[in-house]
Amino acid sequence: MSRWLRSVGAFWYDFIIGDDWRGAAVVLAALAGTAVAVHAAGVNAWWLMPVCVIAALGWSLRRATRGRS
Amino acid sequence: MNALALVLTVFVACVVEAVEALTIVLAAGLTREWRSTFQGMAVALLVLAAVVAAVGPALTLFPLGALRLVVGGLLAVFGLQWLRKAVLRASGYQNLHDEAGIYARQVAAAQAAATGGRNGVRDWYAFTLSFKGVLLEGLEVVFIAITFGDNQGNLGLAAVGAAAAVLVVAGVGVSARAPLARVPENIMKFAVGVMLTSFGTFWGAEGAGVRWPGNDAALLVIVPVIVAVSLGYTVVLRRSRVAALGAAERAL
Repeated sequence: MSRWLRSVGAFWYDFIIGDDWRGAAVVLAALAGTAVAVHAAGVNAWWLMPVCVIAALGWSLRRATRGRS
Repeated sequence: MNALALVLTVFVACVVEAVEALTIVLAAGLTREWRSTFQGMAVALLVLAAVVAAVGPALTLFPLGALRLVVGGLLAVFGLQWLRKAVLRASGYQNLHDEAGIYARQVAAAQAAATGGRNGVRDWYAFTLSFKGVLLEGLEVVFIAITFGDNQGNLGLAAVGAAAAVLVVAGVGVSARAPLARVPENIMKFAVGVMLTSFGTFWGAEGAGVRWPGNDAALLVIVPVIVAVSLGYTVVLRRSRVAALGAAERAL
């Protein structure tokens, strides 16, 4: 049973998160930050998600290629 | 997002996944046994249909804001995965997706595997290979079609795009009886990655409460920006790879 649960968990992790969890973490943090900015601070932070997504892609690519050629 | 963009995005995403599924099905069918291969494919399609039937209507019960927050976030994460892979391939850091090579490996594995039936299936290996291939590739298609269709309030049109892609790839695959190695899969993956990331960014932020300047017209800026940045990353990585290879050669 635990083996089955582990394989199901591994499948969904690979399906949603993929090779690099940092992208998912940045998107989650950006959405949370946007929601806080809009609802708590009253700032229409439309720019936060695009900036974070672009930065996340660059970060992930940099980590994937560092030290390789 | 107009109807054409919805159908095209789902269609291209589905073609990419259908080509990958076709490679696995052909390897199972041509080297093992067609009947068990088709059984595996049919069961996988039934499971996918059940997922659509269960998840599709359930999503409509969520308030649109919450739906866009969750779905937008997932699409952005998904899109980043696709874009990352496409940029790494385009810049030479990862091998281009090679359907012919994958097919050869699947055929070798299928020929080496033991024969034998189970649960009324004549060739269990062909059945499971086909079932897993179609189910795993199909789940991505289902996810993209449902999320795009539901956000646009037009699941039917998204389903048309997905079905058209599957029919086209299946038709070409059956007539060619060979993996579709000439499909420009990386370019298509790049395009879908851009669309998933852009729409995920747009819907996710909207779900978090943002009012986009220009409302839906903001997408006309977001999509080109994501394209430009991704191409920029590709150029930079390609140049740094060439420079590193040159330095390594000079050092020898």
